[in-house]
Amino acid sequence: MADPEFAAKSPLSRRSFLQVSGGLGVGLVVSFLLPACGREDAPGAGARRGAAAAANGEVNAWVRITPEGGVVLSIAKSEMGQGVLTSLAMLVAEELEVDWAKVRSEHALADTALYGKWSTGGSSSVRANFDAYRRAGATARELLVAAACERWGAPRSECRAENGEVLHPATDRRLAYAELAERAAALPPPAEPPLKARADYRVIGKDVRRLDTPAKVDGSAIFGLDVRVPGMLVAQVVRPPELGGAVDSFDASEALAVQGVRAVVEIPNGVAVVADGFWAAQSGRRKLAVVWKPGPHADLDNAGVRARCLAVVDDGIVARNDGDAEAAFAGAPQKLEAVYEFPYLAHATLEPMNCTARVDDERCELWVPTQSPTGAAEAAAKITGFDAEQIRVNTTLLGGGFGRRSAHDFVEDAVHLAKRMKAPVQVVYTREDDMKAGLYRPAGANVMRGAVDAEGWPLVWDQRIASPSIMRAKNWLSGMKDGIDMTAVEGVRNLPYAIPNLHVRWADLELPVSLHWWRSVGSSQNGWVTECFFDELCALGGKDPVEARMRLLAEHPRHRRALALAVEKAGYGQPLAEGHAHGVAVHESFGSIVAQIAEVSLAQDGAPRVHRVVCVVDCGEAIHPEGVRHQMESGITMGLSAALWGEVAIEKGHITTANFDAYPIARIDQMPRVESFVIAEGDPMGGIGEPGTPPIAGAIGNAILKLTGKPIRRLPIGRVERMA
Amino acid sequence: MPAYTLTVNGEPRRFEAAADTPLLWVLRDVLHLTGTKYGCGAGLCRACTIHLDGEASFSCQIPISAAEGRNITTIEGLSPDRSHPLQQAWIEEDVPQCGYCQPGQIMSAAALLARTPSPSDDDIDAAMRSNLCRCGTYNRIRSAIHRAAKMKQAGATAAAASGANAEETRHG
Ligand code: FES
Ligand code: FES
Repeated sequence: MADPEFAAKSPLSRRSFLQVSGGLGVGLVVSFLLPACGREDAPGAGARRGAAAAANGEVNAWVRITPEGGVVLSIAKSEMGQGVLTSLAMLVAEELEVDWAKVRSEHALADTALYGKWSTGGSSSVRANFDAYRRAGATARELLVAAACERWGAPRSECRAENGEVLHPATDRRLAYAELAERAAALPPPAEPPLKARADYRVIGKDVRRLDTPAKVDGSAIFGLDVRVPGMLVAQVVRPPELGGAVDSFDASEALAVQGVRAVVEIPNGVAVVADGFWAAQSGRRKLAVVWKPGPHADLDNAGVRARCLAVVDDGIVARNDGDAEAAFAGAPQKLEAVYEFPYLAHATLEPMNCTARVDDERCELWVPTQSPTGAAEAAAKITGFDAEQIRVNTTLLGGGFGRRSAHDFVEDAVHLAKRMKAPVQVVYTREDDMKAGLYRPAGANVMRGAVDAEGWPLVWDQRIASPSIMRAKNWLSGMKDGIDMTAVEGVRNLPYAIPNLHVRWADLELPVSLHWWRSVGSSQNGWVTECFFDELCALGGKDPVEARMRLLAEHPRHRRALALAVEKAGYGQPLAEGHAHGVAVHESFGSIVAQIAEVSLAQDGAPRVHRVVCVVDCGEAIHPEGVRHQMESGITMGLSAALWGEVAIEKGHITTANFDAYPIARIDQMPRVESFVIAEGDPMGGIGEPGTPPIAGAIGNAILKLTGKPIRRLPIGRVERMA
Repeated sequence: MPAYTLTVNGEPRRFEAAADTPLLWVLRDVLHLTGTKYGCGAGLCRACTIHLDGEASFSCQIPISAAEGRNITTIEGLSPDRSHPLQQAWIEEDVPQCGYCQPGQIMSAAALLARTPSPSDDDIDAAMRSNLCRCGTYNRIRSAIHRAAKMKQAGATAAAASGANAEETRHG
């Protein structure tokens, strides 16, 4: 077992992380603790039936009632800060009829029989599982009520569940859930438990306290790097420094002489130094001499990436074609052409990538901060040759995800090493490894042509995009349509503005830089390109950007409503402090519409300063409004850092960006005041984790256009020339 | 390996470590106090903030040989039960998102409040600007620090008042 010091400190994570040698794995749709078993983790008598019943749903929650009446909910989505251990728990609690103060939640195991394939991304956790988690709560409630009815010999119609108890008002009797749990687990689950009407919600839509907060203020929250398995070794992996490079040979003798270094091992991703702890691994690594085979891209740098994008930009596939952009452009009275370029971005989660693995002849167990436990299990299965039942994945808290943790490079490293070492191994990416061995948001270029009509309203929008395809790189064919990577054109293909001549095409190209989904994916750059180019057209036609948007969004009442509220709350159009300007942007992504208005000024040295951001999000339905506001603040901060400073540097075929000095992220004194407003009027539910990110670069760029008269056409913005 | 003695969260701890081991890795790997986080190892993110003789310090930049005999407080030792005003305020303001930076944020803020009981926004900027948060919780951090400062003051006033009462009772 883990050491007692560790055992004492994490109530949130106790079950998942202390059972290092447990034989769990049997789950229940609605599993209840058997108080008589005396062990919190003993599956109830309903295990088999529960497991079978669960097999027909994509996701099933795991409800557990403790003898003290506590409610423990298993959530099959990864908590990476977006609040999913709270919002999904709210859905269960709503139907379960329990006191929120008694609810705890934790990650489910990666058990596909129970939870299906689970992974976390696409801002989909709540909207895709709204019914499933409510149904899990309702099923549990009905079983508990049925157990009470049976005990009392009372009909269902005379009993009701309330606040952790079942009541029989006619006889003034009541039974706590804890007293009913054992029997409830043995009853057949109802086929269609009734769900509440929207008007009857008591938890959904309320600003309850996040369940993960207490453990995050006293150091007891367990992230991947905090896992301590008995006998665990720590490894760092040295990867080829050059894109496309490989290990030629290495001399480990000096590294092995470092006290605490146990082994130096070559694995597919590089050479690993395995040691007793992080520092010994680091010290050994410094003495490791590796001869690398060079990669075939020694001439590649950021300028080369841009040039290669521009070289193919005309060869794209048409993604949208309204009217006749070519002819309209030729005949237009006022027109402009522009090139918009964006760089590679790193996710830079504050907790670097890591994974802890233990592999013996029969089993493989992982402790990993992953967005995709099922994918991690599959990666482990490939390496070990084990069946799914032999692999157990414990998902720790994630110190940030933003897409990066849906990859499995760190899982593969850990499994290879645990297998070789015949001991548990924690693979730790140093910050430098994390940034250099990153999987990046693609770079790309847009060649834009636009024109306005005689009255100055936008008439032509011609956008040619070139960027390497994530979906092609990942062989994720469902993300491709008619040869087009849908993420590369999101927000452009569906540009909401009514412009009669609208042409969009996208060209793919292969570059030797690994790609990955980065918070808001294609919208992370497209929101900026479209919103800033729109304001360029407004400037060309002499139109106010808000007035023009309102007019061209006539068919999009939700966009208009969000923008109107932002305008009102920001006081757009009213005088601002000397040297300040408002920039506006609206972008829809992941089913939510976000309008942002940024108030910006320029410092003496030309560095933009964002003072205030008013953000309106229409997400249709808000389960946890405070959580929605959190995500807007978070998305804005990430988008702002990217807009102002975010760029992964490539020099001579090497990624040279290594740490936060070269990859700045916003600090407290660079953080604007953010005021977020949530519109939740019952429209289809949108996502929340990502949609806050895309508009901010556009809003900042548009404010700078007002301040300087010069558009922002390349990210990051860095410093801008002030008007003389 | 040389042996060292430190006082960590009020308790003397004795252990062996290579002299150049940063305090961060002694805390995390030797003493299993994992609340103090690794974010960059280069003095750039302050996830590793602890108190060294009461001063907020980057534990990733302090070799253990320079910490011998000194007094260390980590997030685990800030209070036994999350009762420190900052921890309370952090909960009230719902500050953390992923939470990874938060122990460092709280330890920096605790050192600030110890020195400057009612900090201005500029004081907060100066004390907290090296603590990175990738999740963008800064505005809530600022509110929570202000709230904790008020709680502390209210607590101090109440304590002073009850102290005065006790005096009076004794004299009476
Ligand atoms: S880990 Fe010490 S400053 Fe980043
Ligand atoms: S809460 Fe995630 S890094 Fe600060």
